[in-house]
Amino acid sequence: MTLWMAVLAACALAFVTKWLGHLVPAAWLSGTRTRRVTSLLPVALLASLVVVQTLGGPAGTLVIDARVAAVVVAVVALLLRAPFILVVALGAVVAAGLRALGWS
Amino acid sequence: MTRQSGPAPEGSARPDRHRAVQRQAWSVGLATGAYGVSFGALSVASGLDVWQTVALSALMFTGGSQFAFVGVIGAGGSGLAAIATATLLGIRNGLYGLQVSEFLGVRRAQRAIAAHLTIDESTAVAISQDHDHPRRIGFWHTGVAVYIFWNLFTFVGAVVGNALGDPRRWGLDGAAAAAFVALLWPRLRSRDAGATAALAVLVTVLVVPRAPAGIPVLVAALAALVVGLWPRRTARSEVAP
Repeated sequence: MTLWMAVLAACALAFVTKWLGHLVPAAWLSGTRTRRVTSLLPVALLASLVVVQTLGGPAGTLVIDARVAAVVVAVVALLLRAPFILVVALGAVVAAGLRALGWS
Repeated sequence: MTRQSGPAPEGSARPDRHRAVQRQAWSVGLATGAYGVSFGALSVASGLDVWQTVALSALMFTGGSQFAFVGVIGAGGSGLAAIATATLLGIRNGLYGLQVSEFLGVRRAQRAIAAHLTIDESTAVAISQDHDHPRRIGFWHTGVAVYIFWNLFTFVGAVVGNALGDPRRWGLDGAAAAAFVALLWPRLRSRDAGATAALAVLVTVLVVPRAPAGIPVLVAALAALVVGLWPRRTARSEVAP
């Protein structure tokens, strides 16, 4: 599969998911357990992506480098109610700064 | 794009209130759109080209799934793993569709456009209004505003990111990690959410050394099933898997 095919397939599935929500009767997904699972799904995926983006190294290794410091600073910024764009920018500044100082 | 609808029967200071909803919608649109810069830059840093990046923002148009897609690709995952992760993250948009279709009252082509604009921000602004008419204003104005700015800033970010060269030197990998923390943060309000996140982190750490890139995130999705279906005895029980 080329990268372009993956991009377009993922885009099509994203649209179909949104569109089905507008089409199906609300009663289909009214069970409290279904609702609980679907509301927790983004939490599980995003938490996992945090780990992969922070610790993921080459070929299935976990490494500790400047990204960990970037995440710590991001959490502090979020505790101080910083907006999304500032949190992301701080992550870049911290990682780039530590690398410039010679820490991987 | 705005739907100037006919007579709306509720309240007396309505024009003012509707303008307030529009202002809220466009400020949310601008603020959200601005972080399209970070998506654009991270996407090209992950190995997508400028046009693939632009296509994701125009056609997928749901930030969390877009970040996830390029995150999986950037970590060396397969196209299928990227598609699966992005689609699972997009399921919430389907649930938003269920909610907003109740007050939008649209059909066919308009419904398809409404569906495409059904994201976190348009839904949040819409359902925070107290009548159907301001809800419709909130939905359409926020959806259109985010769409315009998100795509504009994605293009800027992709072009700038492309010109930067080695993404690690500019700390873009740190920015990606920070972006996922910031996307997760507002969802960590309940104890269930905290337990789900903790379990997902544990599962990911255990699976990463044992599975191809992209798969650990999909396995970690099971954390939502485990916590969501965990039997609860009382509302205040200390159930934490």
